[in-house]
Amino acid sequence: MGKEVHNFMTSRRNITLHIPQPSARPGDQVDFSDIELPPAGDTPRPAIDASEAVLRELPFGMIRTLADDHDACGDWRPEASNGDFVAALKVMLLNRAFDDRMFTAQRQGKTSFFMKTTGEEALSAAPSLALRPDDMCFPTYRMVGWLLARGYPIRDLAHQIFNNACDPLQGRQLPILYSSKAHGFYSLSGNVGSRIGHAVGWAMAKAYRGDDSIAIGFIGEGTTAEGDYHEALTFASVYKAPVILCVTNNQWAISSFSGIAGGNETTFAAQALGYGIPGLRVDGNDTLAVWAAIEWAAKRARAGYGATLIEFFTYRAEGHSTSDDPTKYRPKDAAAAWPLGDPVDRLKDHLIKGGDWDEDRHAKAVEEAAATVKEAIKQAEGVGVLGASKPSVKEMFEHVFEEPDWRILEQRGEIGI
Amino acid sequence: MPSMNMIQSLNNALDVMMARDPDILVFGEDVGYFGGVFRVTDKLQERHGLHRCFDAPISEGGIVSTAIGMGAEGLRPVIEIQFADYILPAYDQLVSEAARLRYRSGGDFTAPITVRSPYGGGIFGGQTHSQSPEAIFAHITGLKTVIPSTPYDAKGLLIASIECNDPVIFLEPKRLYNGPFDGHHDQALKAWKDHPDAQVPEGHYTVPLGQAAVVRQGADATVLAYGTMVHVARAGIEEAGIDAELIDLRSIVPLDIETITNSVRKTGRCLIVHEASRFAGFGGELSALITERCFYSLKAPTQRVAGWDTPYPHAFEWDYFPGPSRVVEALQKLMED
Repeated sequence: MGKEVHNFMTSRRNITLHIPQPSARPGDQVDFSDIELPPAGDTPRPAIDASEAVLRELPFGMIRTLADDHDACGDWRPEASNGDFVAALKVMLLNRAFDDRMFTAQRQGKTSFFMKTTGEEALSAAPSLALRPDDMCFPTYRMVGWLLARGYPIRDLAHQIFNNACDPLQGRQLPILYSSKAHGFYSLSGNVGSRIGHAVGWAMAKAYRGDDSIAIGFIGEGTTAEGDYHEALTFASVYKAPVILCVTNNQWAISSFSGIAGGNETTFAAQALGYGIPGLRVDGNDTLAVWAAIEWAAKRARAGYGATLIEFFTYRAEGHSTSDDPTKYRPKDAAAAWPLGDPVDRLKDHLIKGGDWDEDRHAKAVEEAAATVKEAIKQAEGVGVLGASKPSVKEMFEHVFEEPDWRILEQRGEIGI
Repeated sequence: MPSMNMIQSLNNALDVMMARDPDILVFGEDVGYFGGVFRVTDKLQERHGLHRCFDAPISEGGIVSTAIGMGAEGLRPVIEIQFADYILPAYDQLVSEAARLRYRSGGDFTAPITVRSPYGGGIFGGQTHSQSPEAIFAHITGLKTVIPSTPYDAKGLLIASIECNDPVIFLEPKRLYNGPFDGHHDQALKAWKDHPDAQVPEGHYTVPLGQAAVVRQGADATVLAYGTMVHVARAGIEEAGIDAELIDLRSIVPLDIETITNSVRKTGRCLIVHEASRFAGFGGELSALITERCFYSLKAPTQRVAGWDTPYPHAFEWDYFPGPSRVVEALQKLMED
């Protein structure tokens, strides 16, 4: 006993306040050597009714299907066909074309603000296509691909971004905080994370009705530090809610690296262990792996086994938004060095290898995406860009309540409308 | 017609509504099998099923956010926050989500939820079981805030709140659960039994939100109150021997501005009574509205009787609680000017 105390005393570390630091800052050599990547096909796929004990190792592996030779391997290969993945690729190309055009539009002063999805395209295209039309997504602000995959008019996205007279949200929201119930896309807000519990509530409502449609909620790795996230996991676990809760770990919350949210100590997927639900860790730049994880979790939820937590391991290749300059806090070439590559390139290479795609078709699809986006945005510009056109000011007073009370009516009167 | 105390009438309102509408779910801390710490959800689980009235984790933010998700889906959850003092972890959900969802989604998504919560003092609950947080909800556009003062109104207002398609904060004056407490803590307790406002029809009825009740007609002054303070104010008016008109606001959002201004224009004097601290309390808004709208009818500065600007202190319950003697003093001052 005395000896143990002695050992403890000699191995004692000096107390100091620990502040996590990323592996590289501007000017440093990019260093992703601390990321352990199991080979594609390595992480086993359990049955959807597997017991909690069987699922415990999952959060420390990584679900990957696309190998370096571009073939899909392992038992996480999704049930979907390559035709589905061609559709996903087209959505991702559309997403990229939309981002490029809108980023430029912001720089030209046509809107105040924009956020690109670059590097994370698979995380909205694949779930949107893999899930059913009656499933509801509680997205993050970097998921326009969900809407594109479900045919939401690009013109309407642009109308909202320009806050013009045809803005579907009547000028009340920031440019990219979309909402469309018809497309299974829940209303976004600038307060990150505060809708993750709504996904659980929605799913509980579906279970209450005996309906097998489900909810999927997304949150950034930085926002997992909010209480909302842990409350949502508690409720999802307690009531076995048919919900998929997803952490988009793109390594950066504006300028704070994932270690500031606890990512240095364990994986985000491993947080599931404390709630007794499965925690999948998925290569988020591998569209097939993303699809397979969603398929598995959705099947599980629809069969009454409850919630799944999925960490999508990816990289935010561009700035947080048009207001951000990532070269101020991370090496310039970090995104290019990301060990899991680019989701569009990887899917393209896989489809070409399987004979379902080729360079010519790809080049044509890129051109088509650019033309489609250009035409849709042109139409919106025809109505007006930010400041040149806006919805009726009457809209400012609508939808505060179902029916306006005397305050709203009087205040409308004060400005003569 | 049966006589009910406020716990029974609220329980009856929930029972009636759950029987009528399968989209109504009730959940919160200890509300299921046990029936709630104040018994408002007593036997609802037994009568309507485990999945319609159930216990929630100790997580006010989680309770409200889950309810908002259910409401967006189309259900009509009625949730309980065990004490209004505990509601603050859910404040972000109420302010940033429930109150804004309809507006920011252009009416695509709504949050038709009712958040019931016992509030107010007079029960020796100390700082964390006595507070009156109505002003922090009244300030948030998109929320409705309802406060009954009798068993009859409690049932009718709760049913109206549940049927309302906007989020409603329903504050229950817990000192009134068992009787019409008038602030005389040193006198024998009165029960609701035999009180005319405790005659509660068993079926469905509503008391519309946004309609104040003139509970005592008067010519010389107007007294505005809600919750427990309606009974305290009535005692104060009678003890002062002043012919004052007493208005029970019943909901502070929507506010029945017409009944208030009609009365103040008639009497020319106004006293506002609430339990919450005075500074930036809801009385400040009422006073401003009266000044803006009734200034030329006023014969004296509007008076406020309210909780002191301190936390709610356990040992000083009756020094803090605005009782009838303070109402009497304020009325006398109001009449002197």
